[in-house]
Amino acid sequence: MSMLVLTLITGVGLGALYFLVASGLSLIYGLMHVLNFAHGAFLTLSAFIGWLVAQALGTASWGSFLLSIVVGALVGAAFATLTELVLIRPLYERHIEQVLVTVGLSFAAVALFEGIWGTDPINIAGPPWLKQTTEVLGARIPNTYWVLMIAAVLVLAALVLFLQKTRYGMIIRAGVENRSMVTALGIDVRRSFTLVFAIGGAAAGIGGVLAMHYTTFVSAHLGSTLLIFAFIVTVIGGLGSLTGAAIASVLVAVLQQFANSYLSGTGDFIVVILLALVLLVRPSGILGRKA
Amino acid sequence: MMRRWAPIVVGVALVVLMAVLPLLNLSLPGILPTPTYMPGTLALLSLCMVFAALALSYNLLLGSAGMLSFGHALYFGAGAYGLGIALEHFGVPLFPGIFVALIGGMIIAFLTGAVAMRVSGIPFAMVTLAFAQAGSVMVRRNSDITGGEEGLGLATEQVPDFLIGVVNTRSLYWFTLVVLVIVYLVVLWVDTSRLGHLARATRENEQRVRVLGLHPYRAKLMVFVIAAVLASLAGVAYMLLQSGTVPRAVSADLTITILVMVVLGGVGFRWGAIVGGVLYTLLDQRLTVLAGSEAIAGLPDFLRIPLSEPLFLLGVLFILVVMFLPGGIAGTIDAWWRRRRGEKVRLSLRTIDDADAEAEAPVEVRA
Repeated sequence: MSMLVLTLITGVGLGALYFLVASGLSLIYGLMHVLNFAHGAFLTLSAFIGWLVAQALGTASWGSFLLSIVVGALVGAAFATLTELVLIRPLYERHIEQVLVTVGLSFAAVALFEGIWGTDPINIAGPPWLKQTTEVLGARIPNTYWVLMIAAVLVLAALVLFLQKTRYGMIIRAGVENRSMVTALGIDVRRSFTLVFAIGGAAAGIGGVLAMHYTTFVSAHLGSTLLIFAFIVTVIGGLGSLTGAAIASVLVAVLQQFANSYLSGTGDFIVVILLALVLLVRPSGILGRKA
Repeated sequence: MMRRWAPIVVGVALVVLMAVLPLLNLSLPGILPTPTYMPGTLALLSLCMVFAALALSYNLLLGSAGMLSFGHALYFGAGAYGLGIALEHFGVPLFPGIFVALIGGMIIAFLTGAVAMRVSGIPFAMVTLAFAQAGSVMVRRNSDITGGEEGLGLATEQVPDFLIGVVNTRSLYWFTLVVLVIVYLVVLWVDTSRLGHLARATRENEQRVRVLGLHPYRAKLMVFVIAAVLASLAGVAYMLLQSGTVPRAVSADLTITILVMVVLGGVGFRWGAIVGGVLYTLLDQRLTVLAGSEAIAGLPDFLRIPLSEPLFLLGVLFILVVMFLPGGIAGTIDAWWRRRRGEKVRLSLRTIDDADAEAEAPVEVRA
């Protein structure tokens, strides 16, 4: 029983991490039809800078932990905005080339991070509470998972509020639905492109700082590993659907954890099988529109 | 008449030149480490040819059929690991081993391709990436078969003596040259065959092909499998040349490297893919030497760190090519040549994109 609860809750926690990365990817793809390979680089840079901030203020305090998350979000948003303005915007409407540019950026960024911070993973520390566990129904859940879940719920709530209640959110939703119609109404959709990149970058930045606490180390490859799962999650959830991404994140991560605990560590493999099955049965994903 | 035969004459002359290179004493300081008859240069040139062959196979996929795959390394790795496993664990002799590796690559390509082609465009790219990642995870996990992170060495007792050791780099060089020529001829044959025409037509307008009663799915899958088998062949050559393989041969990094080669050389041009593969390999090698040089070590940090990371420089070069030279090397030269003769120019990447955009547009509007 306790094993079951442990697997389930850690699965949901891991799903929360996937969602933080996948939400931005899904929004960006939905609005701009760009597959953003550089998302992993946003995440990694935020993690490194977040770690520098936490180190400067003393790693054990909650204040520095929270501040490192905020800084991570800001770094992610700034990096993403810059990417959109400098690399994506000049290639307006040329999707393949936009993808290639983000591929080049992630390639170059990982190499640069290795140059600056070295190739070996750096062990990190946080508030001592994160290292402890909380008992739920006899299962001892590491506390990092709770933080991941809280962060993902807050980000999801903020995104939903923003998309439903604000004018810019409305433009973004309309743009995902039918971009040419929005343009025809005289609204400059391109401005919301930058916004979507910034939001996605911020979510990835939060994800980066938390992923670092989850793995307890930070390296130049932190983002690339998570990015692939985020891709799988966005395809399974349906490209462009935020709710789909949320559902698929939890589904994929729980399945992965179950396979890891009960089927001798085949989690990664099972996830790819799930992807293949979803594609065979429903190529547009769980909540995707007709392909 | 002249124009038709010129490429063939140039191609044959190049192959002959490459074939006699190990017998000559040519030096290209700054590009090649040693004179051409020495093992160092021959090994580097062989590696160039392996990657040229791999880039050619990828160009068949992206340039001819318009499929942006992020999983091509899976089939390269299948060739390399397939051969390694056949020799190491089953004690098969070399040539049957190569055959087994190619068949293995084909089966994997058929299964993954058939599923991945349920979607097209960007989702296709993501799905192929996921498959390749699964392959990479399997290689890393099953270390009793694949050697895990350590990599898998070549079981030399199964390989004929003339293909082993630094002394025989020359025969390995000729072997990779043969592989490159085979890959080129197959790609040429596919491009000019009915299948190639069908694949190109599908790239331009899938719906129209379907209306004509043809099967775009089947054609695309065929091209995908052929490109994958060619990549496996390149993987076999890589395994023999490096006398071993590491998990990097199956990684997403390698696929991205191939993509950089093809885009650098020019998508849709066979000679562009070869130029891209050779140029990338040479640049990578030269930049690594540069990174370790004293001139770099003496620079201040903000210059030293970027300059000592070859992949950073190659990534930046790639971004610049995509943004300012969208046809790559071959596309730009070809466009310049055509413009001089007053012919119409179209860049291949743009064509793929337009076809995608058309596919997304609602049907009512087009009719």
